[in-house]
Amino acid sequence: MIGLRYRFAEQRGMLLALAIFILMFTLYVANHPAGFTPNVVQTAANKGVLLALVAMAQTFVVLTAGIDLSVGMIFILANCLASYLLVGTPVSVALGVSGVLLTGLACGAVNGLLVIYGRLQPIVITIATGAVFFGIALWIRPYPGSADGFSSDLADALTGKVFGVFPASLLFLIVLVLVVWVPFRRSVVGRAVYAVGSSEPAAYMSGVPVKRAKFTAYVLSGLFAAMGGLFMTFFTYSGEASLANGNTYTLSSIAAVVLGGVSLFGGRGSAIGAIFGALAFRAIGDLLFVFDFDPLWQPLFQGVVLLLAVSLGAARLFQVRNRLDLFT
Amino acid sequence: MNLAAGRPRGRSGRGIYRMDDAVPLFRMEGISKRYGGVHALDKADLVVHAGRVHAILGENGAGKSTLIKIMSGVVAPDEGRMLLDGQAVSFADPAAANAAGIACIFQELSLIPDLSVADNIVISNPPTRFGMIDRKAQQAIAMAALERAGGGDIHPMELVKNLPLSRRQIVEIAKALARKPRVLILDEATSALTAADVETVFGVLRRLRSEGIALLYISHRMHEIAELADDCTVFRNGRKIATYPAGSKTDDEVVELMIGREYNSVFPPKADNVDRVATPVLEARNLSWMQRLNGVSLTARAGEVVGLGGLDGQGQRELLLALFGVLRGVSGDVLIDGEKRIINGPRAAKAEGIGMALIPEDRKTEGLMLPMSVRDNLSFAAMSRVSRGGIVDRRAESTAIDRMMKLLAIKAASPSIPVASLSGGNQQKVVIAKWLMVEPRIILLNDPTRGIDVGTKQEIYALLRQLAAEGAAIILYSTDYDELIGCCDRVLVLYDGAVKRELVGSDITEHALIASALNIDHQEAVA
Repeated sequence: MIGLRYRFAEQRGMLLALAIFILMFTLYVANHPAGFTPNVVQTAANKGVLLALVAMAQTFVVLTAGIDLSVGMIFILANCLASYLLVGTPVSVALGVSGVLLTGLACGAVNGLLVIYGRLQPIVITIATGAVFFGIALWIRPYPGSADGFSSDLADALTGKVFGVFPASLLFLIVLVLVVWVPFRRSVVGRAVYAVGSSEPAAYMSGVPVKRAKFTAYVLSGLFAAMGGLFMTFFTYSGEASLANGNTYTLSSIAAVVLGGVSLFGGRGSAIGAIFGALAFRAIGDLLFVFDFDPLWQPLFQGVVLLLAVSLGAARLFQVRNRLDLFT
Repeated sequence: MNLAAGRPRGRSGRGIYRMDDAVPLFRMEGISKRYGGVHALDKADLVVHAGRVHAILGENGAGKSTLIKIMSGVVAPDEGRMLLDGQAVSFADPAAANAAGIACIFQELSLIPDLSVADNIVISNPPTRFGMIDRKAQQAIAMAALERAGGGDIHPMELVKNLPLSRRQIVEIAKALARKPRVLILDEATSALTAADVETVFGVLRRLRSEGIALLYISHRMHEIAELADDCTVFRNGRKIATYPAGSKTDDEVVELMIGREYNSVFPPKADNVDRVATPVLEARNLSWMQRLNGVSLTARAGEVVGLGGLDGQGQRELLLALFGVLRGVSGDVLIDGEKRIINGPRAAKAEGIGMALIPEDRKTEGLMLPMSVRDNLSFAAMSRVSRGGIVDRRAESTAIDRMMKLLAIKAASPSIPVASLSGGNQQKVVIAKWLMVEPRIILLNDPTRGIDVGTKQEIYALLRQLAAEGAAIILYSTDYDELIGCCDRVLVLYDGAVKRELVGSDITEHALIASALNIDHQEAVA
């Protein structure tokens, strides 16, 4: 098929992230004392999905050529909120989950409205709103913990295994991709998000709904970050307003997005790439444990591998024969 | 109704013909728009009929762009009203104008670089199925629109950013067609097209006209207007000067209406004092690069204007970039004053001993830093000349800048205002002035008058001649044959990355240029 070349070019960033992930994960499993067992995969999946959700959140905004530095804080806020709301009967847990997700949506909506009508740079706005979101998290949960009667049924189901082999969290992620990302990518507003990120003036001139595109991106970002926070709660059965955690998730989400081939200039990349970026980034971090290095080396090692990975993505620049193309 | 909108000497052409036409498709009445204290449009009227091509003429700054922006919903007028089918309309944004059936092909291409050709063509109104974009339908619409616009060679899945400018323009036209407009505005829509593409596009436009679409055609190319237009309206300084049936005025009369003064010959006389024996300032031997340049050799002597002709995309741009050191992996030699030199980038090219300048193709990205001031833009290339020990000497800078602004008659309120706020013609002057600051001996120009008004063109031609007379060697690539004929002492016609033919002096004719551009047999061309 003639279109194949174009389809491949479109997916190149994602495929690179996938390759890095497979390489890193193979190294990890091969050196893990327990080897390739459902339990090892389950643990890796659970940790990976946390970052993958936040990276997906980041992707929506980065595609519009913005950046969302509040995703980590929405994540923390959702985590703290969930530690109170996931209590009692299945019905009240369901209500709690809805509450958490709605909060995420609301946080994203605030970001979106401020970016659209405040006309400030997304980086400035989301630093500020992120601090506010964290402040709220700290206010509702000054000390780590969870409410009395915390229900762990849903948590266990979603962090466990399906049919005793397949990690449920990964299945959840796949469903999310199929139900949210794929339709989004093929919707008019999804197309508009890419258009706005690639060239906002051209998008406006073409009659693309610029504001709706941006708003949708931020709202979805808030929603996915909250889902990440929810999963954090499923994982730990508690909430903690940890500034360090919030910041780490924000910065890791950017790293994952870049690793996954999403352009920080906007308009290029996909959430699927970002997911593989997140899984690869996590696998890189975990490698140290199986090699018995001091955990203190983890940030340094992760940083070096990230640098190498993004350099690999830039390798095509060596083939550029027209120096002007280096800047586009 | 204000019929006396034009200046007294201008003939108000309203109602001279087609009085029978009951309700024009589109009408603007008394439209004004001010930016600060400047009247961009001053009580302008325009009547557009279905099934006719209406040409809008005027220098840059005459108000054409503002007129189009108002029609297409980009800016709102301060006063006046617009009528579509006799009904008053107003557009809040481009989407609203689109919905009313007004499509515009903008001079500044409105394509989205990271989306595919097909994505771009359907962008305003993608076909959907179950709420999602129907890729198959989109592909079909795109292919049909491309076919109609003469872009059947463009793959709908190619990303727009990978296409050369001339193909992007075809995509832009296809995009407008896909919207099925009732009024189609073309703003310098052919400026980047090759002659063959222009013919195709004209065929499309004629068909649209016969289908009853109203076409508004803005172009600086007089022969295109003569070929296509039914009606013409001239604007000057924000006012409508005259409307007349196409062909009822001579070119000179039209230009006089446009510039509002006596029209002298556009091109300055050519000099014939080039020393043909002296060592050429610039010589290239056998330049080759990635199948785009296949052994180009040329010389340029002091005082000479050498033209590069041929169809668009035959290696002219690559040749200029190769000389300027922008391309990597070029084989062949470049000699400056008879000595081999390695030029590995713009910094090396402008250095002492070489003194080369390139006026790039796209002033908005490669020529200027748009948000920065005129002063800063002018100084960038010449930093070493206006600074000492790494510190900018403000006084030396101001003197040099004043001189340049006067020399090129740059119309800017102050050197401190952003370049982005200048008109296209003045922006281009800033690009040229910026490179003249380094006092280059070799000046390469890549289509420097694209989308620029007659008055500014005339000034640029005179300047080129003056620079040549002062001893510069000039290489001029132009897509406009008139320009090559009027400006150049010699023209090298490129075909498929090689010099096909060299035309000297009176041999430079439109016929010879076109024949050799199409690589038609030599004998035939002479005959």
